[in-house]
Amino acid sequence: MENKDLKELKVSAIKDGTVIDHIPAKNLFKVISILELTKIDTQITIGYNFESKKLGKKGIIKISEKFPDDRDLNKIAMIAPEAKINIIRDYAVVEKKTVAVPDYIEGIIRCMNPKCITNFEKVVTRFDVISKTDVNLKCCYCEKITDQDHFELI
Amino acid sequence: MKNKSLISIHDYSKEDYFKIIQVASEFEKNAGQASNLLAGKIVATLFFEPSTRTRLSFESAVQRLGGRIIGFSEASSTSVAKGESLKDTVKTVSQYSDLIVMRHPIEGSARWASEVADVPVVNAGDGANQHPTQCLLDLFTINQTQGTLENLTITLVGDLKYGRTVHSLLQAMSYFNPKFRFVSPKELKMPNEYKIFLDQNNIEWSEHEDLNLVLPESDIVYVTRVQKERFSDPIEYERVKNAYVLHKSMLEGTKSNMRILHPLPRVNEINVDVDPTEKAYYFQQALNGVYTRMAIISLILGLK
Ligand SMILES: [Zn+2]
Repeated sequence: MENKDLKELKVSAIKDGTVIDHIPAKNLFKVISILELTKIDTQITIGYNFESKKLGKKGIIKISEKFPDDRDLNKIAMIAPEAKINIIRDYAVVEKKTVAVPDYIEGIIRCMNPKCITNFEKVVTRFDVISKTDVNLKCCYCEKITDQDHFELI
Repeated sequence: MKNKSLISIHDYSKEDYFKIIQVASEFEKNAGQASNLLAGKIVATLFFEPSTRTRLSFESAVQRLGGRIIGFSEASSTSVAKGESLKDTVKTVSQYSDLIVMRHPIEGSARWASEVADVPVVNAGDGANQHPTQCLLDLFTINQTQGTLENLTITLVGDLKYGRTVHSLLQAMSYFNPKFRFVSPKELKMPNEYKIFLDQNNIEWSEHEDLNLVLPESDIVYVTRVQKERFSDPIEYERVKNAYVLHKSMLEGTKSNMRILHPLPRVNEINVDVDPTEKAYYFQQALNGVYTRMAIISLILGLK
């Protein structure tokens, strides 16, 4: 069997929709949560713990008939900066995208400072992104840094 | 600055600092004269945790400008004690007043308050985070004693790890080509992030355990309290507690322009025998707090 066929066996192809590949396996379920995929009624295929040269173990998500907008996709850049997005129409890739860490994010992530107002009162968290390689976020309220290793999704 | 809240020292530019210094100097010159600048205005002082000194300084500033004050000095007697959210308290009080001065133990509470209030908010301390009016009065005082903010050697003494005052001062002074000397117990050293910040801005700094070594070159000696509860090992506190106390005898050989500042309250880190010397400047610094707060309030309300 050819390599190509082997790949297709692992995760079945979709006709129209979005494929999100190169998600670090440990963050796969966080991506599902950020994109609110549990609320979607179309078919979703999820692959978990696939071998990846770059990431060790990776995850892949195929969403039928849905095309999340760039704003939503960029949210996952926080926890899956290497993610590759393929837009599929009629079984063919019509567009390739990468995610980009935005300069500023609202919501999604909790401030890691236990003394921060956002952890006491109903305040939507706001962060300035001060580093995009090792993603570091500076809380607009308490001004403390939340680093990548401490990201906790809201 | 008009109609803008003052939450963090980062909200203001170098030009804003100079504007505040200029207006505060005017108030200082006219100190004896009654002012009616704030006539008809109401300032709310919401102190969710007690800080008598800061509150009185703000209230003195408002009274000297002829304004009126409403507020509370601790949270236990208020609706907060009944479980009202900070958002609702601030939103409500902003209907009653033209400006809110707020102190709150939770970090980031002041920014949040400024987002929900219908009037400008001045942060009078939000936990360990920011206390910008303290920093601005420090700048005013340094400028007043030295005639400039440029090219000064500033020695920071005491708790450099948790002291938000010294962190804000360090960042604000970074515009003016200073040299920093850090003198602290090992456990209370200046955190790395600030040293990195100084390196990135090409600002010279060095760390010392012996205060005597750096006193002769200092223009400003800024002393802060070393608190026992900051030490994981109480024996370590007992060992170092007297090493960072300034005595009159240590002032010999210091520069004639050198001045000693302290955000107060002082416990014993400056011996009282320093008080009568011309280098002791911490009580004038407290007075400057009133002038600086007068300047900030009148600028925000668009009256200057
Ligand atoms: Zn925060």
